[in-house]
Amino acid sequence: MAELMLKSARFRAEREADWRRLDALLAKAEKAGAAGLKRDELLEIPLLYRQALSSLSVARSISLDQSLTGYLESLCTRGYFFVYGQRSRWGERVARFFVRDWPAAVQALWRETAVSFLLTVASVVTAYILVRRDPDWFYSFVDPELAGGRDPMATTASLRDTLYSQPDVVQGLSGLSAFLFTHNAQIALFAFALGFALCLPTAALMVLNGGMMGAFMALFAMRGLAYEANGWLFVHGSTEVFAIVLSGAAGFSIGWAVTFPGERSRVDAAAEAGRRAATVMAGVVVMLFVAGLLEGFARQLVTVDLARYAIGSAMLTGWLVYFYWPRRPAP
Amino acid sequence: MSVQGLTRRVKAATAKRARAPDKGWREFVTPEGVDLQLKVGAYTERFVALLLDFLILFGSMAAFSLVVFGVYAATKAQWLTEALGVVWLLVTFVGRNFYFFLFEARPGGATPGKRAMGLRVIAADGGALTSDAVFARNAMREVEVFLPLAFLFSRGEGVDAALITLGAIWSGVFVIFPLFNRDRRRLGDLAAGTMVVKTPKKLLQVDLADTERSASRGVAFTPAQLDAYGIKELHVLEDVIRVGDRKAMAEVASRIRAKIGWDGPADIADRTFLNAYYAALRGRLESQMLFGRRRKDKFDRG
Repeated sequence: MAELMLKSARFRAEREADWRRLDALLAKAEKAGAAGLKRDELLEIPLLYRQALSSLSVARSISLDQSLTGYLESLCTRGYFFVYGQRSRWGERVARFFVRDWPAAVQALWRETAVSFLLTVASVVTAYILVRRDPDWFYSFVDPELAGGRDPMATTASLRDTLYSQPDVVQGLSGLSAFLFTHNAQIALFAFALGFALCLPTAALMVLNGGMMGAFMALFAMRGLAYEANGWLFVHGSTEVFAIVLSGAAGFSIGWAVTFPGERSRVDAAAEAGRRAATVMAGVVVMLFVAGLLEGFARQLVTVDLARYAIGSAMLTGWLVYFYWPRRPAP
Repeated sequence: MSVQGLTRRVKAATAKRARAPDKGWREFVTPEGVDLQLKVGAYTERFVALLLDFLILFGSMAAFSLVVFGVYAATKAQWLTEALGVVWLLVTFVGRNFYFFLFEARPGGATPGKRAMGLRVIAADGGALTSDAVFARNAMREVEVFLPLAFLFSRGEGVDAALITLGAIWSGVFVIFPLFNRDRRRLGDLAAGTMVVKTPKKLLQVDLADTERSASRGVAFTPAQLDAYGIKELHVLEDVIRVGDRKAMAEVASRIRAKIGWDGPADIADRTFLNAYYAALRGRLESQMLFGRRRKDKFDRG
């Protein structure tokens, strides 16, 4: 019996060249991506992959060589992830994100966006009323570090100065906008991630943010600077607040899916909501980048109130049209 | 099929199901209908991968900060410092939030740390791993890693201390979440529908029953001698020969000789003997398999 070649050994000898070929092609693809392969090689992979899969099935039923089945399993798994995995180029993915995925995801979250927006508005109004009645409330809404001297103790003149301050060097602005962008984006990502804890922390973050805005508005309104202050806020605020409202909406959608999954299983609902919310969030980071630029440059360089309102409204209209303009459903 | 055969199958199936969770093997059926049998990444492997990634990430951030500081100290030029400050802010932001995303969104689906541990991220439903899923699983790190760290490093007194403690406990729930589900998925995996599996790259090794056959030619065994062992022992034998440790081989060879009552030439080297026995045993078990009988181990008398 030992003189005869084992069936499994003969099986291996006949197919080994194909496996090694697939192995080499996959190694090349893993190193350089699909772009690193020639056309013929690209077409060859699925065929070789299916051959390897059938070899695996056969090997499991006729061969007792552990290392052989282990090798084929690892080879097939690598092949599987290449054949059925993500292969599109970065450029295509980015383009599709801006043309279709992001606006579609934002549209799908319109309910959560409305809730998040109403929550912000409600807390702005509440904080505004409270601070107008009793300026001491200001300190409960605003972190002194962020206030930077703009509190009820400040004189009207100094408050007016903060609205129209012209920095000495233009270079100082890029630093400011980078800081504002990273700071806000970190908060937005945080609001999104906190949504998982049944929406509540995200709601709290929305209320805090709205409260701070309302308190500032009340402070400036008490000194008769309402029109000017709102223009100062509106330049970047229309973009920034929109982005924060969207990040809240993204957080809510996850929390809601986890709490009330409906007919799907909780895990499926969470995954579906999480992916959609993640698309929104990737866009929110972009929006906050734009807001950082507006805040750092446009607000400090443009000191005419009307121009500030104009820029702010143009941005807001732009975002609204971009997100909610009716589109054909994806094919 | 006989009733006995059926019971055996059911028993085997239940045994398999009962054994599955502790080893972490999961069924993973491709559209072609083949089960690839993936293994869920172990806690230790994933933790080490995370540590490696943090080491790389924060190491390079620290190095970058040193360079920025060095340039500032050397030149003291206002505009340069300003520009470097901007670059530093943006680089640390991108590093903290997109290091994992950029690596995992590539076809390999693994950060350097994961690759070193033989892990990769896959979509739990077996589909393509999309960028939005990768973004979701990594944005969740915000509450799984950075929030607990923030609580850990914040200090306060009185009411503040109590609040911080409560916060740490609350955020701790997110950290230990993977300990309480079967697939060891963390919160981010759940929000993205992903999981982390082990996909080691294996090399095709020589067939022990083939190459060394000439060396062990002439060593023959009787069917009774080959009936002493089953598939499990065959696999152990394969491991012993492949590792090639002299001591272990000598011990195994002497045990097999005793068990099968070896009366052939005594001067055969252990390795040759083991190889010959392996080839013969595999031949016999494989031919039994072709007739529909898998002999599980030496106790399996069918």
